[in-house]
Amino acid sequence: MTIAFQMTGGRVTLDRRPVLRGIDLTVTEGEVVAILGPNGSGKSTLVRALLGLVPLSGGTTLVYGVPPARFRDWKRIGYVPQRLSVGGGVPATVREVVLSGRIARQRRLRPTSGEDRAAVADALEAVGLTARAGDPVHTLSGGQQQRVLIARALAGRPDTFVMDEPTAGVDAESQRALADTLGTLVATGRTVVLVAHELGPLEPLITRAVVLRDGMIVHDGEPPAAAGAPAEPGREHVHPHGPVARDELLRWTS
Amino acid sequence: MIELLAFDFMRRALLAAVLVGLAAPAVGTFIVQRRLSLLGDGIGHVALTGVALGFLTGTAPVLTAVVVSVLGAITIELVRARGRTSGDVALALLFYGGIAGGVLLIGLAPGGSNSTLTSYLFGSISSVTALDLWVIAIMAVGVLAVVAVFGRELFVLCQDEEVAKASGLPVRFLSMLIAVTAALTVVIAMRVVGLLLVSALMVVPVATSQQLTKGFRATMTLAMALGVAATVGGLGFAYYADVAPGSAIVLIALAGFGVALGVGRFVRRSRTQESAP
Repeated sequence: MTIAFQMTGGRVTLDRRPVLRGIDLTVTEGEVVAILGPNGSGKSTLVRALLGLVPLSGGTTLVYGVPPARFRDWKRIGYVPQRLSVGGGVPATVREVVLSGRIARQRRLRPTSGEDRAAVADALEAVGLTARAGDPVHTLSGGQQQRVLIARALAGRPDTFVMDEPTAGVDAESQRALADTLGTLVATGRTVVLVAHELGPLEPLITRAVVLRDGMIVHDGEPPAAAGAPAEPGREHVHPHGPVARDELLRWTS
Repeated sequence: MIELLAFDFMRRALLAAVLVGLAAPAVGTFIVQRRLSLLGDGIGHVALTGVALGFLTGTAPVLTAVVVSVLGAITIELVRARGRTSGDVALALLFYGGIAGGVLLIGLAPGGSNSTLTSYLFGSISSVTALDLWVIAIMAVGVLAVVAVFGRELFVLCQDEEVAKASGLPVRFLSMLIAVTAALTVVIAMRVVGLLLVSALMVVPVATSQQLTKGFRATMTLAMALGVAATVGGLGFAYYADVAPGSAIVLIALAGFGVALGVGRFVRRSRTQESAP
């Protein structure tokens, strides 16, 4: 089984404050991992450290077996940041932003290919924003902007998605759209690591929950059982901590 | 012979104006997107030291200005990439050092005085020499080539540096590339509008354009057209009204911004009314 991310003893210090204090985390291909935890527990820092966006002050981390600084196969990774930064007021259309997700697959001096355009069209379709393709992104609602970011990652057709709070501040409709999109990805065997404050409609898709508190993993294993959903037969997970009661998890995360 | 020379000077001035009008807003679009609108001003201050250094050493000021402003741009980028709040102050220090260094060095240069610097501070397009024009042309082509070749990557970088990194882009190289390209643009525009107004040509056409456009590429294209309209229009106006071209160019660009602001409001309002049920 291919290992997408492997962090061993990962420590991160920001402004002399320890944010991650010894994280051991291995994500294998096909897993759908939710990183949960209260505000300030280091969730965002963890996923950014997995990608090498935040330097480690201790320990090691590998992306597909290679340290991030030497990793070259970035087209396998689709990163969805917490929010869309609307750069300095220069407008960009939804299509332009989504097309920029192709960058890891494009070569300099090569014009945008038919394949690029097809991938952009598919990605826009998947998040239900085809009709808004020509609109400036800053005129979209927060939830729609979040979908644009996801479409940008989708357009690159990566194997692994890393999403930083894809559901934060997102309206119910966008949350459902996200859950649908994610469901399709999971069905095709993609790996997903996402940070969430609450799972909402994503809950049934999650195969593993990692709960952080004060920069340490306090739970790693079964996700909270979806309320009212029947237990899925044949989904066997062996995790050191075993299944966790839903209210126990809620207590951790709130 | 005199008329021929006069024809030459006007032709050189026009060519320089077109090149600057194209290059400055092209780089400017990325710089505005990156929230570095004042980068051009900073480099402009530093370039003054380069100009004075040229006079002091008897080298063409445009060449020394290139060297010093590129070094200045690299310093600014290093400070920006590293620092957080202290970067702001460090940049300010660099700007003052640039101006003071220029004034000091020109004082040391044989026969140099502050009035020598004036033509660089406020521009002096009518005194553009053939060498200046060659330097301007080569650098303008270089700047436009950078935008054409690296445009896609720069777009990602200027929008979100972390996403650029997670896409495997050479973030440090691209950041440096933008800073150096901006430095070259400053030197190109120095003779046309002057170091004190250089940044206006990088920022104002972009600010104007974004009132009217929906996309990045459209913003850049329109900004370049507006840039050429301002430089050529300003040059023509200055020739007939006998005023300094730099000021005419920038005021025309600013007037364009004023008009676009009004038109943009009107367009957006009618768009929202259309889409309202």
